[in-house]
Amino acid sequence: MIEVSGAGRTFDGRRGRVEALTDVSLSVADGEFLTLIGRSGCGKSTLLSMIAGLLPPTTGSIAIDGVPVTSPRRDVAMVFQQPALLPWRTVEANVMLPAEISGLDRGDVRARAEGLLSQMGLLGFRKRLPHELSGGMQQRVSLCRALLQSPTVMLMDEPFSALDALTREELAVELQRIHLELGTTIVFVTHSIQEAVLLADRVAVLSDRPGRVREIVPIDIPRPRSFGFNAHLDQVASASARLHDLLMPLDKR
Amino acid sequence: MTRSRLWAVTLPVLGAVLAVGLWWLLTAALHIDKFYVPSPADVVETFLRTPRFLIQETWVTLQRVLIGFGIAVAGGLAVAIVLAASPTVERMTMPVLAAVNAIPKVALAPLLLVWMGFGDAPKIVMVILVSFFPVVVSTMAGLTSTPIELRRLARSLKASWRQTFVKVRLPWALPQIFVGLKVATPLAIIGAVIGEVVNPDRGLGSVISGSGASNDTPLAFAALVLLAVLGVLLFYAVALVERLLVPWAQALRSEE
Repeated sequence: MIEVSGAGRTFDGRRGRVEALTDVSLSVADGEFLTLIGRSGCGKSTLLSMIAGLLPPTTGSIAIDGVPVTSPRRDVAMVFQQPALLPWRTVEANVMLPAEISGLDRGDVRARAEGLLSQMGLLGFRKRLPHELSGGMQQRVSLCRALLQSPTVMLMDEPFSALDALTREELAVELQRIHLELGTTIVFVTHSIQEAVLLADRVAVLSDRPGRVREIVPIDIPRPRSFGFNAHLDQVASASARLHDLLMPLDKR
Repeated sequence: MTRSRLWAVTLPVLGAVLAVGLWWLLTAALHIDKFYVPSPADVVETFLRTPRFLIQETWVTLQRVLIGFGIAVAGGLAVAIVLAASPTVERMTMPVLAAVNAIPKVALAPLLLVWMGFGDAPKIVMVILVSFFPVVVSTMAGLTSTPIELRRLARSLKASWRQTFVKVRLPWALPQIFVGLKVATPLAIIGAVIGEVVNPDRGLGSVISGSGASNDTPLAFAALVLLAVLGVLLFYAVALVERLLVPWAQALRSEE
C-alpha cells in the first residue's frame, strides 16, 4: 500500500522557485496497477522519484506499508526510460547487479537471473554485451534486473517511450502478463493514453504545472487486455475519450 | 574482417616507409649536407657504428620514462579520485593544480638540478611533472561524467559510495582515463629528454646534447629516431592495455 498525502515539491532554479507538484494525495492498493498520466512537465516523474525515495517532498508525506519513505528501499524496484545497463557487463551480470549490491549468494541468484531471462526470451543472449542488443531487448533486460529484486512495488518512469510502436506494444503486453502473474504493485508513468488504458486498474490524471491530481479514472476492462481491443471496444473507447478530455480540456483547444 | 585486419597492419607500415622514403628523397635531391640533415642511410650507419652504446642509452631513458610515468599515473589516479569524491577539496586544490600545470616545466629543469643534483632523480621528477596533469584531468572528467540514469539506478539500489564507485563510476571512467594516458605517454618521453638535455649524464637526451658539442648531427638524428620509436611503442602498449581492459568501449565506438 502506497500512501501519498498532501505531497508537494518545489525546485529552486535560476529563475526563482518553481512549484512542480502541489498537494498530491492518492493511494495505491497492494497489487494495483496505477498509471500516472499528464503532459510533459506536469511533475509525474517528480512524483515517482519521491515515491522511490530519491527525492524528498517539500511538503506532505509519502509512506509505503505504513513506513514513511525517507530513502530508497530494496523491495522497491525502478525501471527508467533508458535501460540504464552497464555497458561493460554481460546481460546476465547486469541482471544480477541488484543482488550483488545487497550481497546475496551468487549461485542462487544466477539461477533466478537465468529463469527471468528465459521467460523474456533472452536466455540465448545472456553472455552478450548490452550494445549487441536492440533497444527493446535492452529494456527487457532492465525489466529482468528490476524483477530480480523480487520487488513488492515497481516504479516505472516512461519505460517504453523510447521504443518503436511495435516493440512498445509487445513489452506492454509482457508487463501485463508479469503483473497478473506476480501481483506486484506498479506505478507507471506514461504520456500515452493507449498504454494507460491497456495497463492500468486506475489512471491518475495530473494537471499542468504545478501538478495536482485532476481526476482518478478507473479502467474496468477485464484482463488480459490486448492492444487489438477485440472484446471491449466500447469501454476502451469511452475510457480513452475520458482521458483525452481530461488531458486536452475543451477551453484550451 | 580479415581484410580490414590486414589493412590495419599494412597501412601504418606503409605510412612509415613512405615517410622515410620522402626524407631520403629530399636529402638526396636537394644535396643537403649531412651536417644539417643526414639521410636515413647516414643515420643507420651511425647507429651501426655504436649499436650497443645507443641501445644502452635508450634503455636508460626508457627506465626513467617508465618509472616516472608509473608514479604519475598512480599519483594522478589517486589525486583525481580524492578530488572527485570531495567537491570541497576539488574547489580548494583546483586553482593550485592549474597554476602548477601552467608553469613551463623546462624552466624547472635547472631548479631540479639545484635540488637533486645529477643522476636519475631529477629526470624522473621531470617525467612526473609533465605527465601527471593529463592523467588527473582525464580521470576527473571520466569520474564526473557518469550518466544520470546510472546514478539514479545506483541510488535506487541503495548502493554504498564504495559500491557505486567500484561498480559504476570507475569502469565508466576508464575510456576517458585512457585518453589521458595516451596524451601523457609522449609527454613522459619529452619530460625525460628535457631532464637529460638540461642536465646530461646518460640517456638519449644526453646523447643529443653531447652530439651538439662534437658536431655529430647524424648521432643526434639516430637518438631522435630511437626516441620516436620509443614513443610509438609506448603509445601502442597503452592502446593494447586499453583494448584488454575496456573492450566494450572499443565495440561501442566501432558501432557508431
